[in-house]
Amino acid sequence: MKLLGFLLLLSGWGIVETALHLLHRNALSAFILAGLGVEILGLALVARAHLPPAEASR
Amino acid sequence: MTANTWFAVYLGFSLVVPLAIAGLALINTGLGRSRSAAHAMTLSLSVVSLAMLIYFAWGGAIEGSIGGPFFGVGFGPFLRYVPWTNPSSAAALLPILSVALSAMIPLGSSADRWRLSGACFSTVVFAGILYPLFARWTAHAELFASHTQGLIFPYAPTFLLDAGGSARIHATGGLTALSLSWLLGPRSGKYSSQGMPAAIPAHNGVFVLFGCMLAWMGWLGLNSTGAMLHLPPGLAAERLVLIIANTSFAAAAAALAAGATTRVRFRRPDASLIANGWMAGLVAGSAGCATLKPATAILTGLVAGFIVVVSVEFFELHLKVDDPCGSISVHAVGGLWGLLAAGIFSGSAAQFMAQLVGIATLLGLIFPLTYGLNWLLSRFIPYRVSIDGERQGLDLNELGADAYPEFVVHADEFLQR
Repeated sequence: MKLLGFLLLLSGWGIVETALHLLHRNALSAFILAGLGVEILGLALVARAHLPPAEASR
Repeated sequence: MTANTWFAVYLGFSLVVPLAIAGLALINTGLGRSRSAAHAMTLSLSVVSLAMLIYFAWGGAIEGSIGGPFFGVGFGPFLRYVPWTNPSSAAALLPILSVALSAMIPLGSSADRWRLSGACFSTVVFAGILYPLFARWTAHAELFASHTQGLIFPYAPTFLLDAGGSARIHATGGLTALSLSWLLGPRSGKYSSQGMPAAIPAHNGVFVLFGCMLAWMGWLGLNSTGAMLHLPPGLAAERLVLIIANTSFAAAAAALAAGATTRVRFRRPDASLIANGWMAGLVAGSAGCATLKPATAILTGLVAGFIVVVSVEFFELHLKVDDPCGSISVHAVGGLWGLLAAGIFSGSAAQFMAQLVGIATLLGLIFPLTYGLNWLLSRFIPYRVSIDGERQGLDLNELGADAYPEFVVHADEFLQR
């Protein structure tokens, strides 16, 4: 899940960068927002992967 | 303003920037345990020293200068192309101080458990790769301008608006702080077997609050020099008073907002969260310090002060992230909010989108990179002290001497037996 989260983070940035290079104004805004959405999903997965099991503590 | 006057004013403001570093060191030390106080200060000094030297050796070559190719020209390896006897060398001064401040931010989230050697290796990666990479990304004209000027956002401002370094200095350091907090895990005894956090209070509130005041002085220099470097010379000179006012207003509003939020939430104002609020206001106000109106700077600060309290609680209670000094909330969350606020209050849709691209780069490129590199380093270099070392205190365990040798013996009241 952690790896998937980081892949989503990188993919989101890839969407934003690719859109910046290829697209024009209207579509660009939508793709920047979509890229950020993918990143937020990735961040949530990474955060969830770091949650300790309920009974574990150091 | 003539070039010589500009240089004199710039140099004057640069001289107070190290106060931000001193303030942050005091805050991190005060919010940690007394048994690790000397370690925290030693670590701060080591990290600052190492960050500046690594930046000198090759970080500056990666960051380069606006308009230069990727490596070799610009500042160059060992800053060899900086004309040290010429006023134009001013451009190299702020990055040297900024990288030192930025590298110190992760020390707050990893306090009381990070080895000196691990922190030093991590700083080499941070000051040599991460900071200069993002600083170059934000400052390099070709990167943004070629995408946006006239083609996608006609007549729009096209650079990331980050005069004081909300993103470049704070969000970069804050996201590294989050990575390290996850990689190191919580301090022993921080969470019960049911996952409930134990309160481990600051060992010296006076250090923390005095650190905030020192940081304020440093921030005035940081934001003023940042704006002088990133805005056209005439424009920066016109706005110096506005920058100083905005920086102060944002911090003041954030401290009061944090105080009010903790008063409502916990029935009494919390000193360490008010300090965190003050710092979050300074961080959030940095990005738009030269472009915000005083009223919008206050609004930015108010939101930052509220967000930091909520964020500290969210990270501790729900994500089980042990961040003793609130560095993640202050620098990462505060920095990202500052970046967004600068876009919202700019009144330009194009600028807002540029700020979103900045946030996307921080989360999608810098965060995975800093996590991955620190994860890799931690496979070869032990990052965390042993449980016994942690209980003994990092002062004795790593340095062999306590910061307060005449104090009573530690009672371990916060550790589970």
